[in-house]
Amino acid sequence: MDLISKEKTYEIIEVCLLAGKIMLKNGAETHRVEDTMTRIATAYGAEYSDSFVTPTGIIFSVEGTEPTKTKLIRIIERTTNLEKVVKVNDISRKISAGGLTIAQAYYLLNEIENEPKTYSDLMQVMAAAIASGCFLIMFQGTWGDFLPAVAAGGIGFLCSVYFHRLVPIKFFAEFLAAFVVGLIAFAAVRFGVGAEVDKIIIGSVMPLVPGLLITNAVRDLMAGHLVSGISKGAEAFLTAFAIGSGIAALFVLL
Amino acid sequence: MITFLEQGFTSFVATYAFAMIFHTPRQKLLQCGFVGMCGWLAYWYTVHMHLDIVPATIIGAFLTAVISQFFARIYKTPVIIFTVAGIIPLVPGGMAYDAMRNFVENDYNPAVSLAAKAFLISGSIAMGLMFSEVINQIITKVNKKRGKGKR
Repeated sequence: MDLISKEKTYEIIEVCLLAGKIMLKNGAETHRVEDTMTRIATAYGAEYSDSFVTPTGIIFSVEGTEPTKTKLIRIIERTTNLEKVVKVNDISRKISAGGLTIAQAYYLLNEIENEPKTYSDLMQVMAAAIASGCFLIMFQGTWGDFLPAVAAGGIGFLCSVYFHRLVPIKFFAEFLAAFVVGLIAFAAVRFGVGAEVDKIIIGSVMPLVPGLLITNAVRDLMAGHLVSGISKGAEAFLTAFAIGSGIAALFVLL
Repeated sequence: MITFLEQGFTSFVATYAFAMIFHTPRQKLLQCGFVGMCGWLAYWYTVHMHLDIVPATIIGAFLTAVISQFFARIYKTPVIIFTVAGIIPLVPGGMAYDAMRNFVENDYNPAVSLAAKAFLISGSIAMGLMFSEVINQIITKVNKKRGKGKR
């Protein structure tokens, strides 16, 4: 087997880590991140590469002529942006087919990372509002509570986005957002616009609830990614706790 | 029948909206909505037939994953695009919230049982997804082997 030179090894590591970082930051599954990085490395001629992916960081190493090179990157913020995952996936397919040089791939990946969001904040808030109303109906609520749930869900999501920008602690933002949701639901019932407080609250906290994280955590655990499964579970628990305590704080105050 | 249509419509819209929150590419939003609707209707119908919610969730998640894999093959995109939004209606978010609320209100007994149920349901969603993935892998492997055998 031809061993690759030192410079090329570093370049391969950089490209793989950039691809992995974008995917992990934007909500790809752990095994997909590992798979993509190994594939890119193999396509560029590094036959032996290993990766260790957790939700908070990636360790990746490639073997070349010199002793094994390893690099670590830290992932601090995680969101869900599936469009970027799709784009990185497309690029990795192109690389596997031999259509891109390392420099081209690096340039394209950098472009993806700096791309703006697909949907504006306003559209997302509207989507959250409508989803809240629909969840109310799915949880056997009445159509009379639809509008209060839409209002509470939309404003709650807006608050979580806004507070998260104000104070970069997720727990705090979710706590306050849940508090606002509860407040609106109570106000709606008090003023006779809505009927069931519980149903309105459950419907409108759905955009905040970490349902996806819980499922991904169990799935990672089943697939053998124990560290990332447990840390995702911890994150989900913390979010659920924040939402529950936000509502509970309101109950105590009223 | 009216509730069936109502459930179908609301789950479609809810999944579509969630797909927007997750920044799914614009051309795939309708498919996401469809996947979510199928999963939820399967779940809702089985619960309606007085089956327990845990097996109902497995069935719903399984159907979601099967359709998602079908779409992923057609459009050549990662499956995650469709499954992430598609399982949202099945996810026990309301239950997790209920459990937490009981915890912080010092009602530990209902809280623990609700939390256990939420955990079981999320486990069964994962199981449904895994089942369909495993079956998919087996099918591709068998097909490959057959192709080799013919040559």
